[in-house]
Amino acid sequence: MTANLATTAHKSFVRIDRLTKRFGDVAAVDNVSLDIEQGEIFALLGSSGCGKSTLLRMLAGFETPSEGNISLEGESVIGMPPHQRPMNMMFQSYALFPHLTVWENIAFGLKRDGMPRAQIATRVEEMLNMVQLKRYAKRKPHQLSGGQQQRVALARCLAKQPKLLLLDEPLGALDRKLREQTQFELVSIIKSVGVTCVLVTHDQEEAMTMADRIAVMSEGRFIQSGKPHEIYETPNSRFVADFIGKVNLFDGVLAIDEPDHCAIDTPEGRFYVAHGITGTIGMDVSVALRPEKIGLQTEAPTDTSSNAFRGTVVDSGYYGSFSVYRVELAGGRKIQVAITHAERHVELYRRGDALWVTCSAQSLVVLIS
Amino acid sequence: MSTATTLIDKMVDRWGRRLVIGTPYLYLILVFSIPFFVVLKLSVSTSNDGIRFEDLTTFNDWVFNLTASFQKYRFLLQDDLYLNTYGSSLKFATINTLICLFIGYPFAYFMARSPVSMRPVLLMLVSLPFWTSYLLRVYAWRGLLDDSGTVNSLLIWLGAIDEPIKMMHTAFSMTVGMVYTYLPFMILPLYANLVKMDGRLIEAANDLGAGPMRAFWLVTVPLSKNGIIAGSMLVFIPSVGEYVIPELLGGPETLMIGRVLWDEFFANNDWAMASAVAVTMVILILFPLALFNKYQTAAVGRGTA
Repeated sequence: MTANLATTAHKSFVRIDRLTKRFGDVAAVDNVSLDIEQGEIFALLGSSGCGKSTLLRMLAGFETPSEGNISLEGESVIGMPPHQRPMNMMFQSYALFPHLTVWENIAFGLKRDGMPRAQIATRVEEMLNMVQLKRYAKRKPHQLSGGQQQRVALARCLAKQPKLLLLDEPLGALDRKLREQTQFELVSIIKSVGVTCVLVTHDQEEAMTMADRIAVMSEGRFIQSGKPHEIYETPNSRFVADFIGKVNLFDGVLAIDEPDHCAIDTPEGRFYVAHGITGTIGMDVSVALRPEKIGLQTEAPTDTSSNAFRGTVVDSGYYGSFSVYRVELAGGRKIQVAITHAERHVELYRRGDALWVTCSAQSLVVLIS
Repeated sequence: MSTATTLIDKMVDRWGRRLVIGTPYLYLILVFSIPFFVVLKLSVSTSNDGIRFEDLTTFNDWVFNLTASFQKYRFLLQDDLYLNTYGSSLKFATINTLICLFIGYPFAYFMARSPVSMRPVLLMLVSLPFWTSYLLRVYAWRGLLDDSGTVNSLLIWLGAIDEPIKMMHTAFSMTVGMVYTYLPFMILPLYANLVKMDGRLIEAANDLGAGPMRAFWLVTVPLSKNGIIAGSMLVFIPSVGEYVIPELLGGPETLMIGRVLWDEFFANNDWAMASAVAVTMVILILFPLALFNKYQTAAVGRGTA
């Protein structure tokens, strides 16, 4: 196994090549290609019906692709039934066998491999220790809490030492508080085992905190893929900017286009942006501005290198660690602003306060599509 | 005023609840318990002509007497006819239950796996036989299985046989009739169980390395255990006491206790004997039923029911 790892480390571990799945006339997954590296946690992110689950089910072997290829370590798995694929899936509702105990659930896959009894016992023990459920070995799934069930499901998947771990909305069935705790636990287990992992989620926070790389999907296609911060800070389209996190979008036309900067004229005024684009003057573009990259101040800014606009506070919300304001700009456009409270004594603005809205040229991204 | 209303509300609440819960019990007492105790009493009564019975209890001169005769039961245990008939009834009921299970399980399985839009149609087809009288439907088998019946005529016409095969009044014809009649009672509870089953459990089994057959035996079958038990009980219990089908389709070799019961009542006019036969049959049937109930309660306790 370890020898294998070394030889394939530089090649792509999982290769999805022009994969398409059609249901009738509708392409649930439309000509998608993707390389996943060994040991990587890769997230497929999108809203329901975007094709992410279909893609995962094709990896697991539950759906047959209409076109294209999936290969694992250079060998195609197309035509290989699910029970022969060296991948294991953790289902959204966990799909634990209700008639079997925790121990028997984890041992299920090992028994199918014909592993000797003593070895099964050792392996199950090892798994139970890993997910800290040793005391619950004899319980039935319905006697466990949601978080415990999720850990049994994970242990059951990892027991067979799969080459690829598939997670379908791994935290979807847990309540909010448990999710945050669980997602770090999950990642640390996956990373310590070193298994390559594809996870599907509609929750952008889940994708960003857990995954090494993300692909944002819509209507069966990849819109953008990259590391979480790349997708957040350099979205390639209005769709991605809007889908990941909160964003203020300003529509305008390209006024200046130099290699290292450009300017966009919008109804709210001119935005100077610290990167160039390859476009033509006068073309329609949008400027994306994240709420946390905006500053608010009562006096007119002296620093002319920043973009500054007049505005009035319409709404405010205090969250403790930060505040969220809705500010109406001169043209009537309302934007969202998030101000982090770095110190204990910060100036809080109230509804009706007139102030200046500032953002640096580095904080803006121009979107063409 | 308000206290009075709440008092009335409370009364309605309390008695309303008792009424709702009590109604089925009342029904069971009226139609099951009372007749059963009448039969039980008859079975231990003594009579000279078989129909008029002496009082079980007498109270004369401040002496209370209870006379219960278990002679009929002794006779029942000593006469091979009764024991053989019970054995034969249980045998045919078991055969019937097993055949129904082997035909009914795949039937229910494919119904449960069929497209949602098809299911009401399939369910209607399964319950379609109930639209005609059961007596007529059993009678119709005579027309099919007789020496000059449809099946034999067809086989002779096709040249497959020269002489009609003797099918009527055999164990074969009776079993055909029993399976035909009781199959829906097996299919419906099995279907109700299988249709609820989470398909992802099968996928999980596949994913963990179990092929389709293994997944079926390791997941589908154990999880449908309650459906199997319910269907088997629904078929087995009435099969044991079945009278009409053995009467119409059975023959000399198909001794069934229902037939003996009938004869004791109407041919021999020995009501006490007939009652003893009936009580013994109820006890024989109660035994598997009690086992089933115990299993059910345990399953409910474990939350797997």
